[in-house]
Amino acid sequence: MLSQESLQQIDREIAKYPPDQKQSAVMSALRIAQVEKGWLPKEVIEFVADYLGMPAIAAYEVASFYNMYDLEPVGRHKITVCTNLPCALSGGVHAADYLKEKLGIDFNETTPDGKFTLKEGECMGACGDAPVLLVNNHHMCSWMTKEKIDQILAELEDK
Amino acid sequence: MLEIEIDGKQVTVEDGSTIMDAATKIGAFVPHFCYHKKLSIAASCRMCLVQVEKAPKPLPACATPVTNGMKVWTRSEQAVKAQKGVMEFLLINHPLDCPICDQGGECQLQDLAVGYGGSQSRYEEEKRVVFNKNLGPLVSTDMTRCINCTRCVRFTTEIAGQMELGQAFRGEHAEIMPFVEKTVDSELSGNIIDLCPVGALTSKPFRFSARTWELARRRSVSPHDSLGSNLIVQVKHDVVKRVLPFENEDINECWLSDKDRFSYEGLNSEDRLTVPMLKQDGVWKETDWQTALEFAANGLRKTAKQNGPDSIGALASPHATIEELYLLQKFTRAIGSDSVDFRLRQSDFRADGFREGAPWLGMPISEVASLNRLFVIGSFLRKDSPLLAQRVRQAAKRGLHVSAINASAEEWLLPVKNRVLTAPSAIVPVLLQVVAALAAEKGVNAAEHLGAAIPATVSDEARAIAQSLASGRKVAVWVGNLAVQSEYASEIQQLAEEIARLTGGVFGVIGEAANSVGGYLAKAVPLVGGLNARQMLEQPRKAYLLLNAEPDLDFANPALAQTVLGAAPLVIALSAFKSPSLLAAADVLLPIAPFTETSGTFVNCEGRAQNFNAVARPLGDTRPGWKVLRVLGNLLEFEGFDQNDSEAVAAEALAEGSRPDLGNRLYGLEFKFAGQTAAGFERVSDVSIYAADPLVRRATSLQKTRDAKAPVACASTATLAAIGVASGARVRLKQGQGAAEVLIVADDSVAANCVRVAAANAATAALGAMCGEISVERV
Ligand code: SF4
Ligand code: FES
Ligand code: FES
Repeated sequence: MLSQESLQQIDREIAKYPPDQKQSAVMSALRIAQVEKGWLPKEVIEFVADYLGMPAIAAYEVASFYNMYDLEPVGRHKITVCTNLPCALSGGVHAADYLKEKLGIDFNETTPDGKFTLKEGECMGACGDAPVLLVNNHHMCSWMTKEKIDQILAELEDK
Repeated sequence: MLEIEIDGKQVTVEDGSTIMDAATKIGAFVPHFCYHKKLSIAASCRMCLVQVEKAPKPLPACATPVTNGMKVWTRSEQAVKAQKGVMEFLLINHPLDCPICDQGGECQLQDLAVGYGGSQSRYEEEKRVVFNKNLGPLVSTDMTRCINCTRCVRFTTEIAGQMELGQAFRGEHAEIMPFVEKTVDSELSGNIIDLCPVGALTSKPFRFSARTWELARRRSVSPHDSLGSNLIVQVKHDVVKRVLPFENEDINECWLSDKDRFSYEGLNSEDRLTVPMLKQDGVWKETDWQTALEFAANGLRKTAKQNGPDSIGALASPHATIEELYLLQKFTRAIGSDSVDFRLRQSDFRADGFREGAPWLGMPISEVASLNRLFVIGSFLRKDSPLLAQRVRQAAKRGLHVSAINASAEEWLLPVKNRVLTAPSAIVPVLLQVVAALAAEKGVNAAEHLGAAIPATVSDEARAIAQSLASGRKVAVWVGNLAVQSEYASEIQQLAEEIARLTGGVFGVIGEAANSVGGYLAKAVPLVGGLNARQMLEQPRKAYLLLNAEPDLDFANPALAQTVLGAAPLVIALSAFKSPSLLAAADVLLPIAPFTETSGTFVNCEGRAQNFNAVARPLGDTRPGWKVLRVLGNLLEFEGFDQNDSEAVAAEALAEGSRPDLGNRLYGLEFKFAGQTAAGFERVSDVSIYAADPLVRRATSLQKTRDAKAPVACASTATLAAIGVASGARVRLKQGQGAAEVLIVADDSVAANCVRVAAANAATAALGAMCGEISVERV
């Protein structure tokens, strides 16, 4: 199900915990699996659960709780906009509306060319920089403005 | 101990108690949803908020530990305001349509909303909708009603031993669900229906068939496994609509197995025998009681006269009541025959005559909690005794070390420290090694009668078990159904007794059925040279009395039972159901009441006699079995058949002094283990959980569960290779005369050289004995 390389990475995570608490590695293992597969189909979640000796539903609870895990295929670039309170008060919702309009998609949708997926996110712990969005789970964009959004989209468009 | 004050009352509680515990102790009710005394604390519903002195905000009673001198108010203004606030939040997303909800009238949310809810909702926005999940044939869902208390999740994880439900997603989107497209298959699944405080999880078989206030509630006792769970049977117009647990901390706690809970569907089955029937010239005709009883009495009289009383035998189900079993043996003995037995699935009776008393668990069920070492020999513990297994599971969390030896390592959902997997015929040699290792460990000699059999060398597996047991403070050695039904039952019990002796522990027999202990107490066994269940079939009798047993499904050797009973000149069957095999074998069918339509007594595995009354009127012309036997006694003018009620029969049956005591020891039985292993493959039989007795076999919803799937043969990968078939192939199984065609699949939890195939199933009813040699051919 997963490549040798991913399994080795997972093993390294498992080694950080006592042998009878393998399941502590579930978040890392799911992340590694998602990096390889692009998203987390239920078979992959079940595989990870088996690999860690935990019930599949327990791994699914984790995978569905955190919204950096994707339970459905996503486009090449995933943009997650924070709409929790501090961001919302600073214009997060408007930023999201602008993105929706520009990309022509709603939350949880992917553009027809498969380039962009838009997601609604929970607080990213960066409220001081509100409103924020996150690109591909890694790159944070603070103090979003229309100009900034245009710039990001243009950069991503070329990648 | 800690002193606290709740609502002005002083109470002393143990260290580590919560405010909820303390409130329960003084009888103060704190509203709650997620809290349950048998489950871990989640503190997720917040309904139990109370006011605590010096705390800046209300605290959840279920999760707040008590400190000395604490002052708590459960009904102060602050507390009630908080509780009402929580209720308002809970009702935001909960549908307000109780009249169309199956839980209506018995819903904790509905009840508490009366006390803490507003009479009008301030919420005008859209409510959330959660799609229903398919949890299988027993539990129905209405997930929009779920308040996410997670009781059901905690139950599957903590009590049933396997997390089959979880809470996926988060916040407003949180949903209770099984893993994608899975169902809840636990044999204890029905308990989540009781636990769910709202109408999210309800009973599928019962759904929308009655309202709680229309039902009469009556107490009863489960007629299935040897635990004897206490029941509340709910009845409407003399039809059993539902069965719920009656809480008894010593027996079933607040739980029921699905078998106890849903088997009532069988009571209303079309197979119910409702009028006496007579076979004349091969044709079945309905008749009246008088004719049927006279036919039976005359037939028996004639047989006894022509062929001697010894030509008559009586075979009874271990699920029959004490009253039925007692009168059956009394009647058979009054005829002059000692051939009576209720141990229909056993094949080794060499211990008869050497027993100290009736084999039982050897200890109260509640003491499982205090065991710290347990050795389970030849048992399908989880499926044969679901709630006993549940107790072992809880004890294992507190440090009980479990060792097991069996021919098939089914998953018990609890940690088993040492497990030996071996063919039934090799259980005895391994036990001998355990005895040898234990004797060495303790520096004593094994019992004299074992002398020569004690091996000089001991395998590591056997030594590991011996060491585990030797280090125990409170030890029990239990013998399960496979062991008791095996051909080596006597040796296994002798060795179990010896292992218990060497460890200073308890030797117990788990028992197969509701009256596995009771049958001995009622003396429904041969006592003075009569034939036992096996001999009665191997040496065919002229006439048989059959009590609630079906020839193809309730016997150790169904092929033999069907042939012999089919050929017998007279078979009188007392039964609650008719079945093709009964119609084929019997000459007269007398409709007797199942447990809900008669009073009776079961003696459970801990030796506790529990009596119960009828909860509904007998269906059609059905009569209680004990009355039918009493009338038969009267017709033959026997003495001592004039009891007025079932209590009189029970009192006579269980009278101190005349009944045997409980006791597992075997006195003076020589230890003769021939030691030969079968030449071919050995059969391993389980009786699958929903096939064990005539009632549960007819419970339609249980028959749709995964546990009731058509049997396949299982063998280890190596055994399959030796047979030369692939997993999933169709094979012909053969035992003696009998043969059956089934699928065979690879299953490495089955011991080498064994083929596991379920007994008590129509698909395998043509096969021979439940144990012994079996041959496998590909087709
Ligand atoms: S389904 Fe019932 S028991 Fe399970 S979490 Fe929801 S309300 Fe609680
Ligand atoms: S609310 Fe958006 S980062 Fe905290
Ligand atoms: S009962 Fe205390 S929080 Fe639910």
